Order: sequence, then C-alpha cells, then structure tokens
Amino acid sequence: MTGVPIGIKDLFCTEGVRSQAASHILDGFVPPYESTVSAKLRASGAVMLGKLNMDEFAMGSSNETSVYGPAINPWRRSGSNTPLTPGGSSGGSAAAVAADLCVAATGTDTGGSIRQPAAFTGIVGVKPTYGRCSRWGIVAFASSLDQAGPMTKTVQDSAIMLGVMSGHDPADSTTAPRPVPDFEAALTGDIRGKRIGIPKEYRMDGMPAEIEALWSDGAAMLRDAGAEIVDISLPHTQYALPAYYVIAPAEASSNLARYDGVRFGHRAEIRQGEGITEMYERTRAEGFGPEVQRRVMIGAYVLSAGFYDAYYRRAQRVRTLIKRDFETVFADGVDAILTPATPSAAFGIGEMADADPIAMYLNDIFTVTVNLAGLPGVSVPAGLDSDGLPLGLQLIGRPWEEGEMLNIASALEKAADFAHHAPNWW
Amino acid sequence: MAIDKETARRVAHLARIEVTEDRLAPLAEDLSRILAFMEQLEEVDVDGVEPMTSVTPMALPLRDDAITAGGIQDQVLANAPETREGFFAVPKVVE
Repeated sequence: MTGVPIGIKDLFCTEGVRSQAASHILDGFVPPYESTVSAKLRASGAVMLGKLNMDEFAMGSSNETSVYGPAINPWRRSGSNTPLTPGGSSGGSAAAVAADLCVAATGTDTGGSIRQPAAFTGIVGVKPTYGRCSRWGIVAFASSLDQAGPMTKTVQDSAIMLGVMSGHDPADSTTAPRPVPDFEAALTGDIRGKRIGIPKEYRMDGMPAEIEALWSDGAAMLRDAGAEIVDISLPHTQYALPAYYVIAPAEASSNLARYDGVRFGHRAEIRQGEGITEMYERTRAEGFGPEVQRRVMIGAYVLSAGFYDAYYRRAQRVRTLIKRDFETVFADGVDAILTPATPSAAFGIGEMADADPIAMYLNDIFTVTVNLAGLPGVSVPAGLDSDGLPLGLQLIGRPWEEGEMLNIASALEKAADFAHHAPNWW
Repeated sequence: MAIDKETARRVAHLARIEVTEDRLAPLAEDLSRILAFMEQLEEVDVDGVEPMTSVTPMALPLRDDAITAGGIQDQVLANAPETREGFFAVPKVVE
C-alpha cells in the first residue's frame, strides 16, 4: 500500500501520536508503541494522515458519545442542511472516507461499528472473522467480540487492505495461526451456483418499505449473477441484542477497570481526608461519559454475585445457540447470507438525544449476530432512499471465508453500481 | 427486575464510579429499563446448552516462560499523572 493515505480510528494506539479512544479519561495519552494492525499498514507503505473520531470507547451508534463532539456525515437529505450522523462507533472513519479526506481508514466492530457507519455513508466496511486481525494495541471494549477491519470506497480496496491487516500475532493469542489468503485474487466476479440465504427472522415488524425493497433488489441482483437464493431460518435472532447487551458491558466493565487515574490519563483531585477509593471513583466519574458509565455499571451488575448465572451465564448460553443457528445453515450448504445492514438510513445529530438508550441499541439489530457468532460480515452500498441517503446491504460469510464473501460482495457492488457521492458542501 | 436507589448506589460503587445523591434515582430507572430489555433472555430454553467461552474453537497456545520484554521503565511511567523515584505515585493507601 505504498503511499496510500489512510486514517486511523482513535481506538488504535499509534506510537508518539495521541490515542484517546475519544474519551476524556485518556486525556493526553501518547502510546510509546504501535498497534499490530496499524504497524502492518505502516510497514506496507500506507501513510497515516491522522486519527479519526469515534464514539467514546467504541460505545455508540452515532458518534455522539465522543468527548470531541460528533463527526458529521458528508451526506445530507436532499434539500436539507440538517447535519446527519455518520453512524458509529467508527463514524469518523466512515465520514473521512466518504468525503475523500483519505483513501481508506481502519475501523473496529464489536456489534456493528464498521458496517453500520459504512452503510450510513455509502462506503464498504468489513468485519473479519474473529481472530483474523490482531487486537494488540487496540483499546479493548469487549474482547470476545472486537475485530478491526477496513473501511474503503470499493470492495477491491477492502480486499487489499484486509490482506495487509490480517495474520497471526504472538502478542494476541486469539489470532488464528493460519495463513492469510490472497483476498483480492478471490474477486473473480463469478458467483454462479453460490447459495445465498435470506433469513426470515430479519424481516422485522415495522421494517421501512425502502429497506425491504433494497433487500429484495439485492437478492434479485445476486440471482441474476447466477447465485441461488434460498430461504433460511436463524431462530434465535431476536435474542441477539439482549444477549449482546449483557456480554459486551460485562467484558467492558472488566476491560475498563484499568482506567483508574494511576498509570495514564486523567486523575481527579481529591479533598482533605479522602483517599484512593475517592480518587478512583471521581476519576472515573469525571473521565467517562454517560454511555460508558451506564455500560460499565450494567456490566458490574450482571457479573455481581447472585446475578452472574441469571444474566451473564444465560447470555453466554444464548450466544452458543445463536452461533449454532449459523452453523446449521452453513452445514446445509449456504455459502453466504444477505440481510439489510441497518434498519434505517442515517438520522440527524441529536435526533435520538431524548430516546431510550435501547432505541439507539436497535441500530445494531442486523449486525450484532455476526459478532456473537465470530463470523465475517461486509456492508456494501446498494442504493439511495427517498431523501437521497445511502443504504447498505450486509453479506455474512462462513468463518475464514472472507475471500468468498468479498467475491459475492463485489458481484453485488457491480450489479448495484452505486455511483453516488456526497455533494461537496464543506 | 427493577433496581432501587440502594442497589444503584451499590452498583456504582462496584464499578468505582462516583454518583451524586441526586443522580441515584434516575440512574436506578435507567438501569432498570436496560435490565428489563435483557429479561427477554428468560424465554429461551437453554437446558443442556454449554455457555460459550470461545467463539472459535482453539486451544490456548503455550510459550516458554521467558522474559521477552522489559527494561523500559521510562516508557512505562511516561504517561503517569504522578511519579516518584521511578514509581507510580498515589494518595496514601494505608493509614
């Protein structure tokens, strides 16, 4: 990737460059080391132009939880100047690529944080199989779900960049010791005979007609390209979000225990007669924003004595069932699964401010199953809504079959021929 | 299960986050709503289902128990809010 200008999400530690996960608690943190993924990109010749905005600790779906304030989507509704969210948590990455500020950017995806912003900004975003990319040097949110991935303008760019980012890392024992295939070479465009599953449980009540139409158009495009479309069932889909909102906060409460004002970042002042407990508690109250505090507390609760079995252990069992749903359809010969990427197009900054936190969580409804099952997923821009905003479709692949998944994505990309670009108003 | 104000206080302390008295009631309400959402999981029959511990079936790799890094005290301390004589400095812990 010699000379390719890229942006790096603020979640990646970059040597000598401030890395704060968009949080006040990491004020002024300058890592003396480089994350494995950004080091691989650097070694391949890519040039980092800068760090990109995100939701604080990657917790959010609109980039509004960032201590820096929200990133803005370069797209606007036709005839309107209302600022829209680029999605989240990798909102800055998505906005920067869509606005041509860089050729590509890194993102991370714990419940949809690459694919949802990619869909909101008309770009391609890939969440690889869990264990494909090293998590070393990336600020941890939920370690069993987090994966880094590329956010680019085309499927081919994603294939190239994913190849550079991937591979076993002795510093992350969850990376798979398996060779990295040539993802770009897999883009033959030939998908004849591939079986594409359409999961009936993703047809939610109240799904906007435009999303429904986009989804059937996508299926028709793949059929026209020679694929076989089959109806499938993933019966535990509706339990994915509640399971995710037990497991992710539980892991986050553990991972974020390290932010205590002792070794790095912000430290609160204590008053006469107060001690180290007050220092910890005030540091974290001042340093974490409201959504991070909420999730850390939920995590502490579901892991606490007396509730561990009822919440955390049950959620881990449901997670087994969700993964089993996918294993069953793949064993039945399905090569990839097609779904909408998001339940809507980009919404306005501040529009969800008074909503229940759960309303925001619903943004992840089509993406979160993929993280729970450790599978690869990609969001491909596939059309515009009636306001002229981009909409994306998601393809879910078999584990370790990113090449085949991206080949199907490139067939979809070619058929959808998404040639739109945000109007340059900035 | 609804969370009351006292439980909210306990959870905040478990999470080591200072919450002022007037914020405890709204916090309890917030947490209750989220927990109510999670209670859908009770509908699922999980009898005999193993809880997932690893999403990809793989054995934890082993390596020799050897020192592979170190001697970077200056880097370790570089971002600390307060250091003293080569250590992290904190308020008095033991009375």
